[in-house]
Amino acid sequence: MAENSAELRIKGGKVYDPANGIDGEVRDILVRDGRVVDKVSEKARTINAHGMVVMPGGVDIHCHIAGPKVNLSRKLQPEDHRLDVHPGTDVTRSGVGGVTPSTFATGYRYATLGYTTAFDAAVPPLAARHVIEEFHDTPVIDKGFYVLLGNNMFLYDLLKQGRKQDFKEAIAWWVTAARAAGVKLVNAGSDEFWKGRRNENVTDVNEDIDPFDLSPLQATAAFIEAVDELNLPHPAHIHCNNLGHSGNVQTTLDTMKAAEGHRAHIAHVQFHSYAGELGKRVQTGSEAIIDYINTHENITTDVGMVMFGKATAMTADAPLTWMLRFKDTKWVNADTECESGCGVMPFTYQDTNYTHTMQWAIGLELFLLSKDPWRVMFSTDHPNGASFQTYPRLIRLLMDRGFRAEMMKHVNQKAISTCLLPQLDREYSLSEIAIITRAAPARALGLVNKGHLGVGADADITVYTDDENREHMFNAPRYVIKAGKPIIEDHEFVDDHIGRFLHTEPEHDPAIEDQIRPFFEDYYSIRFNNYRVDASYLHDHEVIPLRNSGGKRKKGSK
Amino acid sequence: MSETKTTEAAADEPNIRIVEDATCTFCGCVCDDMELTVDLDANRITKAKNACVLGRAWFLQHGIEDHPQAMIEGREVPLEEAMDEAARILHEAKFPITYGLSDSPCEAQRVAVAINDLVRGNIDTTTSVCHGPSGIAFQGVGESTATLGEVKNRADLVIYWGGNPAESHPRHFTRYTVTPKGRYIPNGKKDRYVVLIDIRKTPSSPVADQSIRVKPGRDFELLWALRALVRGRDISPDIEEITGVSRETLDELVERMKNCNFGVLFFGMGLTMTRGRHFNSGALLALATDLNKHTHFVAKPVRGHGNVTGADNVVSWQTGYPFGVNFHRGYPRFNPGEYTTVDLLARGDADAAMMIATDPASNFPKRAIENLKKIPVISLDAKPTYTSRAARVAFMVATYGINTGGTVYRMDDVPITLRPAFDSPFPTDEEVLTGIYTRLKALRVNGRKKAA
Repeated sequence: MAENSAELRIKGGKVYDPANGIDGEVRDILVRDGRVVDKVSEKARTINAHGMVVMPGGVDIHCHIAGPKVNLSRKLQPEDHRLDVHPGTDVTRSGVGGVTPSTFATGYRYATLGYTTAFDAAVPPLAARHVIEEFHDTPVIDKGFYVLLGNNMFLYDLLKQGRKQDFKEAIAWWVTAARAAGVKLVNAGSDEFWKGRRNENVTDVNEDIDPFDLSPLQATAAFIEAVDELNLPHPAHIHCNNLGHSGNVQTTLDTMKAAEGHRAHIAHVQFHSYAGELGKRVQTGSEAIIDYINTHENITTDVGMVMFGKATAMTADAPLTWMLRFKDTKWVNADTECESGCGVMPFTYQDTNYTHTMQWAIGLELFLLSKDPWRVMFSTDHPNGASFQTYPRLIRLLMDRGFRAEMMKHVNQKAISTCLLPQLDREYSLSEIAIITRAAPARALGLVNKGHLGVGADADITVYTDDENREHMFNAPRYVIKAGKPIIEDHEFVDDHIGRFLHTEPEHDPAIEDQIRPFFEDYYSIRFNNYRVDASYLHDHEVIPLRNSGGKRKKGSK
Repeated sequence: MSETKTTEAAADEPNIRIVEDATCTFCGCVCDDMELTVDLDANRITKAKNACVLGRAWFLQHGIEDHPQAMIEGREVPLEEAMDEAARILHEAKFPITYGLSDSPCEAQRVAVAINDLVRGNIDTTTSVCHGPSGIAFQGVGESTATLGEVKNRADLVIYWGGNPAESHPRHFTRYTVTPKGRYIPNGKKDRYVVLIDIRKTPSSPVADQSIRVKPGRDFELLWALRALVRGRDISPDIEEITGVSRETLDELVERMKNCNFGVLFFGMGLTMTRGRHFNSGALLALATDLNKHTHFVAKPVRGHGNVTGADNVVSWQTGYPFGVNFHRGYPRFNPGEYTTVDLLARGDADAAMMIATDPASNFPKRAIENLKKIPVISLDAKPTYTSRAARVAFMVATYGINTGGTVYRMDDVPITLRPAFDSPFPTDEEVLTGIYTRLKALRVNGRKKAA
């Protein structure tokens, strides 16, 4: 469905396709039946891209765009929508913007940045259905999600009992049942502290999580190992403990060390790169963190940059949101039984503020000190560090040291004087930007047909006007082609598209269900038989192949 | 379709079908543990195991009525003709409104919003006459909340305010909040302390360890006094005279709230639809939030209709606002009091109305009903109602949860897939709405061609 049989020749553009070693070469990109091909007929429509920049569509590896926490944020902030309306057109639906736009506006606004794929990073399995329903109403982009298992009570029981094989089987079952693309851990072990011990939080990764007789670090290591051994396309996606606290560098290093010998993805690492003492002023810890990542190939990360302006704290790390709350700001907490916590709170990063400036600078430092763009990827942890709508500005900050210097004049000087940022004069190239926003996330997610423009790739293509002001350039692609179909032409929407749902299906022993079922009947409030997301929700979907399957894609079937 | 688990019975009764883990959509509890025995010859459910008294009536009294699928002005017409007429009405109207939706699955609700986006209409749900004030309060103060399973597993203090679940949500106590044993509540009710705060004694009262009687219309004052005490502030010495509750009772309750391990405040329309409205809801939500400085505390409105929570979710994700949304300018705007249906009708703003699974002609204020009678109405309902009888175009649709699948959201935002028991000759509301939507799109394209 929604694939276009029409042929296209995108002619004469400067192509940035780092996965295939193409760095600004002028060449044609040919498209048929939604794929990049090596030949099209005479009848193919030509899009003149002379002087323009051609890239694969962007892939967002870590954002929060659908499901209960996002919808709570939408409901919570009418003031934010009212100031940023999103009128419909003849081909598109209307909506509202702001930091957490409505579903339709989310899809269209991603497209207007040249992004064609995005992954929601935190979904409790109980809410998976809700997320997929919202995805149906999130147009243009392909999308999937990571399922929250890092505080799952049943899995913790298995760890306590030392049932390693069952633990692995159960993870595989949960990924398949929820229709997830990966496994997410958030502040492992903290749920019990938050819900069961009067709003406490984990402070030390080696402390005991009563009643499970294990530490957050042990739990994290067990998940990393199991997810790697299951050959999931994307490794365990980890929101480390102690997010946002001064001195959390050590926690982050401990977590990465616990992953030795296995693949692991450290999410929004900027929020975990703080030196200094707990409770005191944040200092930059970017060097210690990026040095470790630079020298350890098993680690991938997305940076989770901060940009000044309106954001929203939105996380399964409920105690974190509570900590951030000041002056009785409106605040949402939402506990999901046996699975997760959740906090949502409006938040504004101010350039006059010491801590906020430090966070902004650390995000940039991590990128400017990174030695491998294939492992250090672009994100703002939307909408936590900033809205995805700030990406063009952040890209310019990476590409343009003059712009960076100018901006540094207007931020908190006390903070900036203690960071490394003023000494870093690196500028990202277009090719490096194509890696951190497209090629690398696609590779880290196991999406063999995304993030590049080789023959057989999905024809998700963005054509930008080559503008020296990179913010302007990345803010308004001239053309966006999704699955071979022109969606944006000359900056206007010319068509709509539903987008595809991406998930993975690790194999598991069906006998594990007999272990899970009794727990369900005791401690959940819905029936086990009504938990699994059935095939009627999948519509147009694709199963991301496991790592041991030779990378052959499986077209979704019902 | 959902993977419905059914068992065909013995060969000598071939037309009996058992549907396990079916879901009851009668109220916001959305209990998904029904075992339905269906007589497929008679198109009847003969047994609804695990259902409460309301659920039993919902299932057992449901039959397929001998009624046309579609009528225009009371005359039976083919479905297609009725959809043509409905589309024409919405297309020609200057201010079309849509209302109801809380007894439809999300799949239908999504199309209803799409229609209003297309015709630049106004969409509103029954939330505006039940927990609308809680939605408004939420925008102001947020909410600390939890799924019902969390309450079952952890809550040692359960407080109900302004509601009578024993009659309105009979299984709320027994399935989710009071009697069930949970992970950290091994003895069920014995491990919990239950408080009921209401203006009168109700059939729910016997469940409570403590009943607190508040003077009618004084909920806000009582909540505000509790907030003050939780924050260590002093309150008026006249508090008993104002609220009907003694200072001693208040102090005891505050200590209990601050010292529990996991507390929950459920609240009903006795709070949201009495004097104070969203101030009441806001005060209660703020009280729960304040208590988090002492312990873990959550709050939850007890929602009425089977999928009113789904309606809130769908309207929010498509428009950014939970109810009372107007598309007149080509994008969603929210303004309760202006774009809420009772107000729109009472003022006589609307010139066409689509009523989905709701009967405003029987329960709206008189002036609103009078104005409703003056405009063309399109009605979709599973039963004949005052509204459908007076409608220009009336569709009889299949009953969700009994004859159709789809998704509903329980009062705590947990989505559940329905397992239909038997087929219906009537179309689903999703099918009817999709038919209208397709026609409206065609009318718009033709309209543009003509204009050109």
